[in-house]
Amino acid sequence: MITQKSEHIKLDTELIRKDFPILNRSINNFPLIYFDNGATTQKPNQVIEAITNYYSNTNSNIHRGVHTLSREATEAFEVARKTIASHFKIKNEQQLIFTSGTTDSLNIISAGLSRSVLKNGDEIILSSYEHHSNILTWQLWAGENNGKLKIIPLKNDHSLDYEALEKLITPKTKIIAITHVSNTLGLVTDLTQIKAIAKKHNLIIVVDGAQSAPHMEVDLTELDVDFFVCSAHKIYGPTGTGILYMSEKWLRALPTTKPGGGTIKTVSFEKTEYAEGALRFEAGTPNIEGVIGFAAAINYLNRWGMKIIHEYELGLVNYAQYKLSEIPEVIVYGQSTNKAAVISFNVKDVHPFDVGTLLDKYGIAVRTGHHCTQPLMAILCVPGTVRISFAIYNTKTEIDFFIEKLKKVISMLK
Amino acid sequence: MSITDIENEIVEEFEIFGQDWEAKYEHLIDLGKSLPVIKEERKTEDKLIKGCQSRVWLDSEKKNDKIFFTADSDAIITKGMVALMIRVLNGQGAKDIIESKLEFINKIGLKEHLSPTRANGLVSMINRMKMDALTLSK
Ligand SMILES: Cc1ncc(COP(=O)(O)O)c(C=O)c1O
Repeated sequence: MITQKSEHIKLDTELIRKDFPILNRSINNFPLIYFDNGATTQKPNQVIEAITNYYSNTNSNIHRGVHTLSREATEAFEVARKTIASHFKIKNEQQLIFTSGTTDSLNIISAGLSRSVLKNGDEIILSSYEHHSNILTWQLWAGENNGKLKIIPLKNDHSLDYEALEKLITPKTKIIAITHVSNTLGLVTDLTQIKAIAKKHNLIIVVDGAQSAPHMEVDLTELDVDFFVCSAHKIYGPTGTGILYMSEKWLRALPTTKPGGGTIKTVSFEKTEYAEGALRFEAGTPNIEGVIGFAAAINYLNRWGMKIIHEYELGLVNYAQYKLSEIPEVIVYGQSTNKAAVISFNVKDVHPFDVGTLLDKYGIAVRTGHHCTQPLMAILCVPGTVRISFAIYNTKTEIDFFIEKLKKVISMLK
Repeated sequence: MSITDIENEIVEEFEIFGQDWEAKYEHLIDLGKSLPVIKEERKTEDKLIKGCQSRVWLDSEKKNDKIFFTADSDAIITKGMVALMIRVLNGQGAKDIIESKLEFINKIGLKEHLSPTRANGLVSMINRMKMDALTLSK
């Protein structure tokens, strides 16, 4: 078991930036300023090297061979599971299932629940700011089973209306599937309130942690929800890898809906006995280098620990939000201070696409569009927003440059 | 003027900007602003080119064997690009429109706007202009 150091080193962005080779790139003759971390983060050398090292020295299929390489690869894979489980404070590492990402995890959960818990006509509660990934899979089920999606509305400050939530619940309500941090607004969902209500009505809680896991400490033992999912690529790890955490109860109870090699104990043409624990859900050859790279990313972050990272990034968000508030033409969505490292804004009477196009000319990578939250865009009555999202390698100097260029862009477009 | 003549004229106009991309974009934005808007009631679903971040509407008609376009976009840079396309293709014959290569976009250094990942709908708009020209010529 890899233990975490309790003494964390100070977060020094100048040193951190040296670990990310891509930050040396220039875009349109400007140094790259990467503010699209909500979509995916850049990868440090430690992750890149872990993957190269795996392919150069260990590559082999896991859980199968008797030979040395296969043993080593299996060991590396299972050490990675322990590392990541310990990071998220998961007691039994079997509760940590590797998937191809958040979307895959959500699909596995909804497929399993639809074959066990959900009955014709049941209801599922979602929030107004869900990512499409946490809407579509439930909507698909609802469409085929007379089901209903009920949506927690937003208050004027764009935070969730928790009081309205309880009124949505009926005896047919079975699940509340909710994002921990809105990928568009950066707002943090108050899971304590959600949990209190859900426990009272005996609802299953599914948490989409795609945007919380990169920015804050997530203690899954303390959080104590039924399911929690996230993607490695948004946490400095490789693409195509994610996790699906489930409570001990669901680890035993969730039906297998995605069977395949690796998930079994014995197979005959008549009957199959499935494996126990995480393996039952990990069909086919997994993304081995992805999992190993993910563990390298987690080890990298734990040099500082998520508390320090969260504080640092919160400093960036507050600074950027303050600077944006000084520009009269800018509208920031989701004004609350309870935010993770994401800010969405628009310039009055200007299409976000124009802002993004011109910022790119200055080497600044931002996201524009609906951010896979079209229902939220409809609620906000905008075609899209400009989104900036931060990571540990971003700095106030970058924010200053961004603000300066944003002002220039506004003057060009007005 | 032929399509090529207009293209050359635009290339010449853009030469004054040289490496000054800011001036070039300011010009593009001005072009966007000067393009007459399509009346809201004519921005119907069938004229909308979908699947893009910035929406583009295109209306085409035939007068005396020549094809005429009106177009609009909710993003001003896209609209500037749209204005350039219209300037080149408006009032031309269907065959010339369909066969046009529109290489001036590359020459004035705005080729990136035609990359399929730009999500600005310009590639789809050019395709639609050619399709409309073909349909109207029949
Ligand atoms: C909140 C949220 N949920 C789900 C996803 C989907 O993640 P992935 O594409 O890695 O499956 C994202 C990523 O954009 C997200 O931000």
